[in-house]
Amino acid sequence: MNLLELQSIHKQYGSVVALNGASLQAEAGTRTAIVGASGSGKTTLLRIIAGFEAPDAGQVRVDGRVLADGATMVPAHQRGIGYVPQDGALFPHLSVADNVGFGLPRHAPDRAQRVNELMDMVALDRSMLTRRPHQLSGGQQQRVALARALALKPRLVLLDEPFSALDTGLRAATRKAVAQLLSAAGITSVLVTHDQAEALSFADQVAVMRAGVIAQAGPPRELYQRPIDAATALFLGDAVVLPALIGDDQAECALGRVPVLASSPKGQHQIMLRPEQLRLLPAHDGADALRGQPLCRGIVRECDFTGGDCLLSVEIIADAAPLLVRCAGIDAPVMGAAVQIGVVGTAHVFAD
Amino acid sequence: MLTTASGGAVQRRHATHRVSWVGLGALAVSLFTLLPLGFIVWVGVATGWETAAAMIFRPRVGELLLNTALLTAATLPLCIVLAIALAWVIERGGLPAAHVWAWLCAAPLAVPAFVQGYAWISVLPGMHGLGGAVVVSVLAYFPFLYLPVAATLRRLDPGLEDCAAALGHGPWRVFFGVVLPQLRLAIWGGSLLVGLHLLAEYGLFVMIRYDTFTTAIVDQFQSTFNGPAANMLAGVLVVCCFVLLGVEAGTRGDERYARVGSGAARPLRPRRAGKWLLLMLLLPALTAMLSLGVPLLTLTSWLVRGGSAVWNLGEIFNALGQTIVWATLAALLTTLLAMPMAWLSIRAPGRLQRLLESSNYLVGALPGIVIALALVTITIRVAPLLYQTVFTLLLAYALMFLPRALVSLRAGFAQAPVELEQAARSLGRTPMQALWQITLRLAAPGAASGAALVFLAATNELTATLLLAPNGTHTLATMFWSYSSELDYSASAPYALIMVLLALPLTWLLHTQSQRASGQA
Repeated sequence: MNLLELQSIHKQYGSVVALNGASLQAEAGTRTAIVGASGSGKTTLLRIIAGFEAPDAGQVRVDGRVLADGATMVPAHQRGIGYVPQDGALFPHLSVADNVGFGLPRHAPDRAQRVNELMDMVALDRSMLTRRPHQLSGGQQQRVALARALALKPRLVLLDEPFSALDTGLRAATRKAVAQLLSAAGITSVLVTHDQAEALSFADQVAVMRAGVIAQAGPPRELYQRPIDAATALFLGDAVVLPALIGDDQAECALGRVPVLASSPKGQHQIMLRPEQLRLLPAHDGADALRGQPLCRGIVRECDFTGGDCLLSVEIIADAAPLLVRCAGIDAPVMGAAVQIGVVGTAHVFAD
Repeated sequence: MLTTASGGAVQRRHATHRVSWVGLGALAVSLFTLLPLGFIVWVGVATGWETAAAMIFRPRVGELLLNTALLTAATLPLCIVLAIALAWVIERGGLPAAHVWAWLCAAPLAVPAFVQGYAWISVLPGMHGLGGAVVVSVLAYFPFLYLPVAATLRRLDPGLEDCAAALGHGPWRVFFGVVLPQLRLAIWGGSLLVGLHLLAEYGLFVMIRYDTFTTAIVDQFQSTFNGPAANMLAGVLVVCCFVLLGVEAGTRGDERYARVGSGAARPLRPRRAGKWLLLMLLLPALTAMLSLGVPLLTLTSWLVRGGSAVWNLGEIFNALGQTIVWATLAALLTTLLAMPMAWLSIRAPGRLQRLLESSNYLVGALPGIVIALALVTITIRVAPLLYQTVFTLLLAYALMFLPRALVSLRAGFAQAPVELEQAARSLGRTPMQALWQITLRLAAPGAASGAALVFLAATNELTATLLLAPNGTHTLATMFWSYSSELDYSASAPYALIMVLLALPLTWLLHTQSQRASGQA
C-alpha cells in the first residue's frame, strides 16, 4: 500500500518553474531517495511534502489523507511528518535533551523516558543530554536531529541531504545506521540528495529528478542497469554510450558485436555499457569466459589512478573516440600499453 | 643561505619594532580614554567622603534617580515590543516595498532627539513629564533596537522554524519558543544602547521638561560653574551607566545563538500577508508618521510660518561651515586614534589587548556631559591654555565617538587577513608596499564608514559642545539650541532641517549595513 502519493505537483517561483508535474509513490515502510542535480526541484518537492511550501497545482496524499490539493493545504505543524534538514538545524539555545524532546508535550510524565529511548535509538550516549548542540560533532548533531524528528513517532520522515555535511567515512556509516534504524522502526522515509551513490546505497526506490519532473523511479539496480535515457544513465554513474545497429541478440557498434537482451528494440539505437562491464585483456589472449569476449584492441591514453581502482581512457584503434574502462588498481596497465577489451553481460539499449 | 638568514633576522626585528610602536599608541589612547573615569574617581577622593555623602544622599538625587529609573523602565519595554513587532512585520510579513519600510524604521535616527522633542512640543505644547518623555524617547530611539533585531531576524536559519513546525508547533509557539530566544542578544544589545542614550540625552528632556541627571548637571554647571555639586551628580550618573552595563552583561547569558552546522542557510521567503496585510501595514505606517512625519511636518510648518526671514544665510552658512570643519576634524582625529587599537585587536589579539580595548568602549558608554565636565576641570587645573579651545572640543568628540570608529575599523582590518599581506610579500612587495596596497586598501571602506559615523555624530552633538566650545563657536546644534531656548522656533527650524538632511545618509549607511550583515545587500 502506498503511504505517500504525489500527483502531478507544479510549483513556480516568479518565472522559474521548480516543479513541472512531479509524480511519485512510496510504499509504506520503504526508503525512497530522490536524486537530482542542484536546481532540479528535489528540495522544493520535499518542502511541499513537509508543508513548508504550497504547490501551485497537484495533490499530496499521505496515508490516504489529502494534505495539499493545489494551494489549499494542511499546515506543516498539523501534518505529523518528521523532517531532518541539511545541517540538522538544532535549536542552538536548547540542550540536546530539550532539542530531542521539543515535539513532545512539555509536561508529559514519560517525557524523560521517551527522550532516553530516542537517544538509545540513534545510538547516542545519554551523558550528552545536557550538552549544547555546538558541543557535538557533525555526526552526533545529525543523530540528535533524527531523534528529534522521530520523537512524535511519525509514519513518514523526510531527510533533506542530511549526510552532506559529514566527511566521507562518517557519511557512509551514518547513512547505513539511519537506513537500518528506519527499517527496523518500519518508518517510510524520503531522502533528498545530489549524490547518486548515496541514493543507490540508501534506498529501496530511487527517483531521478530532472527539470522539475521525476524522470524515472524504481529499484536502484534496475535504474543503474536499465536507465530510461542517456542523461539518466550518466547522472547515476559513468557510462559508455555508443550508436549501434541492434539485431536479434547483438548490437553492431564501434567496439564490434556486443550482446544485448533479445527483447531490446531493433534497428538504429544508442546502447549503454557501464565502465565496469568493459574488461581489459592482455593483447595476445584469446576468449575468456570470466573476462568476456575480446572485442577490439586499443591503446591506453590516460590513467586516473585512485588507489583501489583505476579509470582508463583507451583509444580504440579503429575509432578515434576514447573509451572509459574501469580496472583494479593493482594490475592497471601503463600509459601507452596495447590492450584488448572485452564485455561482460549485455549492453542496455535506449528506446529513444 | 647566510644572507637569507640574516635578512630574516632583520625582518623579525622590524616586525617587533612595528608592533611595539602600535602597542604604545594603543596604550596611550587607552590611557587617555580613562581620563573621564579618572576624573570621577579623583573628584570623589578630593571631595572627601563626608562632603560627598552630604551631596549624594539628598532628596534631589533620589528624585533624579527615581526619574531615571521610571524613564528607563517605561521606555525600554515599549521600544522592545515596538522594534520586534516592526521587524517581524517588515521582514516576515510579506509587505509590499518591505525595503522602503525597513529604511523608514532606521530613518528616525536622522532626527536628533532634541529635534524630536522640539517637534512634539510644537504640536502638543502641554506635553511634559514622564509620559511625554517616554513617548518621545520611544520614537527617537526605537531604531537602535529595530536595526539589530531586524538583522538577526533576517539572518535566522529558517530551518529552525521549519523543524519546529514539523514537530507540531503552531506559528505562535514557534515564534515564542524558537524565534524570540534567538533575538535575545539583539534585544539586550539594543536595549543597552537605548538605556545609555536615555542617561546621556540633554536637549530632549529639557524640551519635554523632565529632569534627569544630565539636565540637572548642566543646570548646576550653568548656575555654579565648575562646582562640586555638578561633579557629584556626574559621579552618580556614571554609576547608573555602570549599573546598566552590569545588568546587560550579567543577564545576557552565555548561550550560543549562532547557527550550528556548516553550509549556508536557505534564504528566507516571506510568507504571504493575506487578509492581515492592511493591519500589518498600519504598524510601520503609523510609526513612520509619528517618528518622521511629525518632525518633518513641524519643521515645514515653522519654516512656512517664519517665511524668508528665518533664512539668515550668512549665519546659517557660518554655522554649517563650522559644523562641517569641526566634524571632519573630529572624524579624522578619532579614526587616527582608533587605528592602533583596531590593528592590535585583529592582528595581535590577547588578554592585555582585550583589556585596553574594553576601556575604549567604556568611554563611549559615558554620557557626553561627564566627558565634557572632566575636560573642563582638567584643562582649567592642568592646562588652562587648552580651556575652551577647539582642540579640547575635538578631544571630547574623540572620546565620545571612539567606539564608532573602532568597530568599523576593526571590521575593515578583519577584511585584510595577514595571509593576504604574506601573499603580496611572496609576490615581491616590500612590507610597506604590502601594507599600503593590500591591508590599508582593504581596510579603507571600514575606516571611511567609521569616519562617517563619527562625522555625523559630531554634527548633531549638543551637550559637550555647549560646555566646551570656545566663544564664537556656532554649530548647527548650538544655533538651533540658542534659538529654541529663546522660544524662537521658526528661526531654529532651518538648523534642524539641515541637521536632519546631513544625517539622512547615516541612516542609509546603517540600513545597508544591517542588510549586509545578513548577506542581502
